[in-house]
Amino acid sequence: MAVQFTDGVVVGADSRTTMGSYIANRVTDKLTHVHDRVYCCRSGSAADTQAVADIVHQHLQLYSQVSGAPPPVHTAASIFQKLCYENKDALSAGIIVAGWDKEVGPSVYNIPLGGGLFRQPWAIGGSGSTYVYGYCDATYKEGCGRDETVNFVKNTLALAMSRDGSSGGVIRMCVITEEGVERLFVPGNELPQFWQGSEVLPNPKGKAVPEPQVVPMVVE
Amino acid sequence: MASVFSPPGFDFSNQLRNNFMAQKGLPLPKATSTGTTIVGCLFDGGIVLGADTRATEGPIVADKNCEKIHYITESIRCCGAGTAADTEFTTALISSNMELHGLTTGRKPRVVTAMTMLKQMLFRYQGQVGAALVLGGVDSTGPHLFTIAPHGSTDKLPYVTMGSGSLAAMAVFESGWKANMSREAALQLVKDAIAAGIFNDLGSGSNIDACIITASHTEMLRNVEMPNQRVEKERQYGFRRGTTAWKTENVRSLIVNEEITLLGGGDEMDTT
Repeated sequence: MAVQFTDGVVVGADSRTTMGSYIANRVTDKLTHVHDRVYCCRSGSAADTQAVADIVHQHLQLYSQVSGAPPPVHTAASIFQKLCYENKDALSAGIIVAGWDKEVGPSVYNIPLGGGLFRQPWAIGGSGSTYVYGYCDATYKEGCGRDETVNFVKNTLALAMSRDGSSGGVIRMCVITEEGVERLFVPGNELPQFWQGSEVLPNPKGKAVPEPQVVPMVVE
Repeated sequence: MASVFSPPGFDFSNQLRNNFMAQKGLPLPKATSTGTTIVGCLFDGGIVLGADTRATEGPIVADKNCEKIHYITESIRCCGAGTAADTEFTTALISSNMELHGLTTGRKPRVVTAMTMLKQMLFRYQGQVGAALVLGGVDSTGPHLFTIAPHGSTDKLPYVTMGSGSLAAMAVFESGWKANMSREAALQLVKDAIAAGIFNDLGSGSNIDACIITASHTEMLRNVEMPNQRVEKERQYGFRRGTTAWKTENVRSLIVNEEITLLGGGDEMDTT
């Protein structure tokens, strides 16, 4: 996901890569650098999104060499969109492009499966995103500060990771501002905790809770 | 009008027909596949790669002692799983291109260069080149270890496994891997991981190959461990002479005797 705030953007993602039911990589970095102040969040096929991000990275290197200035985020997003739209039959790639430029400041672009291009104040994508649309709608406010936005992203991802089996691992985030890019990391055992279901079927009143009996397993 | 020139790359014109025939019950020819365990592990100053040595064609063991650690450059090696022919030829092609790249740039080529060449080639073929690779090596920027899946996606990790035995091998890594291991400890862990693949995965078997790459030296350890040596049989299963009784014995001469009579005479070969 990516969220715009007053003087930058926060991009964040979980770290799970799966091949069928096997977790091929549990510490993946899905936040991919495409230019100094432009990052993208990749979802869908790893091979497709890596290939597209590599091509865009090359385009932007050429762009900044030729024009002598860093590319606007919209330019980066348009290259992504062009590749995703023109090869829509062959690709399975949902990409969020976010960054900072001197023309418009912070901006977030969503490029979903068909190759559309949408500017949004916040964007979520990938298999876990459907679980947290409601949370984002209810929680997002305009004009937030950096720390508030980082917490919003962290909580959203933790909620999505707890409900979606294809998401999980750790949280990786990037705060992109005019000054630079700051990388943040939340280990898997320090994720924000929400309702865990422990208050379902509470113990009957007045009855003593029996200690769970741990019996060593008999091994032949 | 159809072009008389064949386009470069693979020809997919028979795919529809082949799928139809497969659907009708005509099986496609099987490729030799390396149902495989291959691993790689980062240590203090380098990389250890490991592989088993079994090649299979369906249920048949096609080769009991094949080599799955391929040469890319002197300080970069690549383990291959998947279709044996594809791993063999992709690594050979990239090895060739890496040599040329080194010659044109005048520098020692880097591991990321090999990784990028491999992923771009595999992505171009959309998974039709069935090569699942573990790429490892040391260059001017330090040691690097990657996995490359058949569709062209890559991962960079401190310890990796690939092939059908990857789950067994990863279990060993997940329980035994520590940061900044010594060369000996890393080699032992790689050997244990491959052994787990050999003994717990039907697609993997026979011996263990390993390769230790450091900045100064590459050591290829072919068959470092041979845990499946054939032992001498405890008993002789041949039949004793005279086990079968016979009622008659008939010995025939099969040599044909010919006598040559020269006709006319006088034109004998000079045999002096």
